[in-house]
Amino acid sequence: MVRPAARRPGQSRKAQTSLFVAYVIAVTGAVAGLLLAILSVADPVGFAALRVASHEVTAPVARGTRSVIGSISGIDDAVSAYVSAGSQNSRLRAELADARRQLVATSALQEENRQLKTLLKLQEADKTGVANGYLLTSTSTSSKRIALLSIGRNLGVAAGQPVRGADGLIGRVLSSGPSVSQVLLLTDVDNIVPIRRARDGLPALAYGRGNGDLDIRTLNIANNPFKPGDILVTSGTGGLYPPNVPVAIVVRRTSEGALARPLADPAKVDAVSVLRPYTPDNIEAQTVPRPATPAPAAVPVPKTAP
Amino acid sequence: MNRAAAPLQREPASRWRMQAVPVATVMFASALPLMLPMVASSPVLPPLGLLLFLCWQLLRLEMWPVWIGLPLGLWDDLFSGAPIGTAVGLWTLATIAIHYFSQRVYWRGFVHDWGVAALLVAVIQALAALIAHPDAHMGRVLGLVAPQIVISALLVPLFLRLTGKFDNFRLKRR
Repeated sequence: MVRPAARRPGQSRKAQTSLFVAYVIAVTGAVAGLLLAILSVADPVGFAALRVASHEVTAPVARGTRSVIGSISGIDDAVSAYVSAGSQNSRLRAELADARRQLVATSALQEENRQLKTLLKLQEADKTGVANGYLLTSTSTSSKRIALLSIGRNLGVAAGQPVRGADGLIGRVLSSGPSVSQVLLLTDVDNIVPIRRARDGLPALAYGRGNGDLDIRTLNIANNPFKPGDILVTSGTGGLYPPNVPVAIVVRRTSEGALARPLADPAKVDAVSVLRPYTPDNIEAQTVPRPATPAPAAVPVPKTAP
Repeated sequence: MNRAAAPLQREPASRWRMQAVPVATVMFASALPLMLPMVASSPVLPPLGLLLFLCWQLLRLEMWPVWIGLPLGLWDDLFSGAPIGTAVGLWTLATIAIHYFSQRVYWRGFVHDWGVAALLVAVIQALAALIAHPDAHMGRVLGLVAPQIVISALLVPLFLRLTGKFDNFRLKRR
């Protein structure tokens, strides 16, 4: 392609000025845009309204394509279920018998657990979810991992609520619109989740890597305690995420901790549940009166001393 | 009279169509990833809107004013998930770069266009990722977008061809 000939607008003062003005607009706009971007990194909520509005526009299309493609991709599952029906049947029978035995054992443990909890007078946090929905789609061209949830303020979804699937934690609600909301996925680079190892309660932090994996960093760096296969659950530290939600499984050790894979794959999960943000308020409300009652009891102690 | 033999005797395309087609294709390509029922765990799709935006300008430099990246970039920011303002700034700077480049090179060939588009996509995606995650480890953030940049660079010829098809549709005589 040849170089455009008429770039220099010649002697026309008006054409020269309009070209100059176009460049001035472009350069100031570009600089303002980059400043705006740095501002919106610092304050992501400030511009959420614009984004919510645009996502409301695409959500109906995403709902449509999801229903169409979801039913198409379901076909191969149905076919393979018929093909492997015989062997699957015998395997499932064996699993069912095994599960029954475990259920009996667990019910005894449950009863014991209940008695122990009443003994400790532990209050269970409200574990009921706000609402259930499904993930429609997600950003796939930028380095941010934001998914669109099919429900919004119409069902009580608000920013800051944790989202989980059947297998484990998905992320948290970033902002909610009238009928859709944005979920910051667990694997986003900016998502940090306080976790502990399910086996022994070893506290750690899960950092998203942005590529579907998690970085697990423990608080003591002296020796690396993780082994492949360790299950990690939320610890509830710092609020927001309720404790004991499964998060990830350790894949391998790294120099800083471990590399883990989330247990719930957002691409495959069907329905997700929006939970209430976990606040350790009710626990604190219990512990606050306790120091008040021993205080008068502490007064007689000096009296007996002399 | 044979209509197919004399296409030049037909009316040129309407001004509205000539201006709307490029803008509409870029806007649709920007919004398309959020219409697909796909939850990605890494940046897997190439930046469709950006690729079409660059290809239109490599094909028809004089078609748009220099500041066209401001509105189209804002639209892309709403759907890409990047902090709002990233594409506004970076797309406009890319436009200025394309204008500068076309002044420097006398005869641009296909390979030139491919190289410029690939280079601009790489720079824009890398800078956008760095702006979105200022606290994260730099090498890791760049490693995150590297596969996407490679895919985008390989897809540039396809998008150039696609833009040509849209351009034929845009200028089709009535």
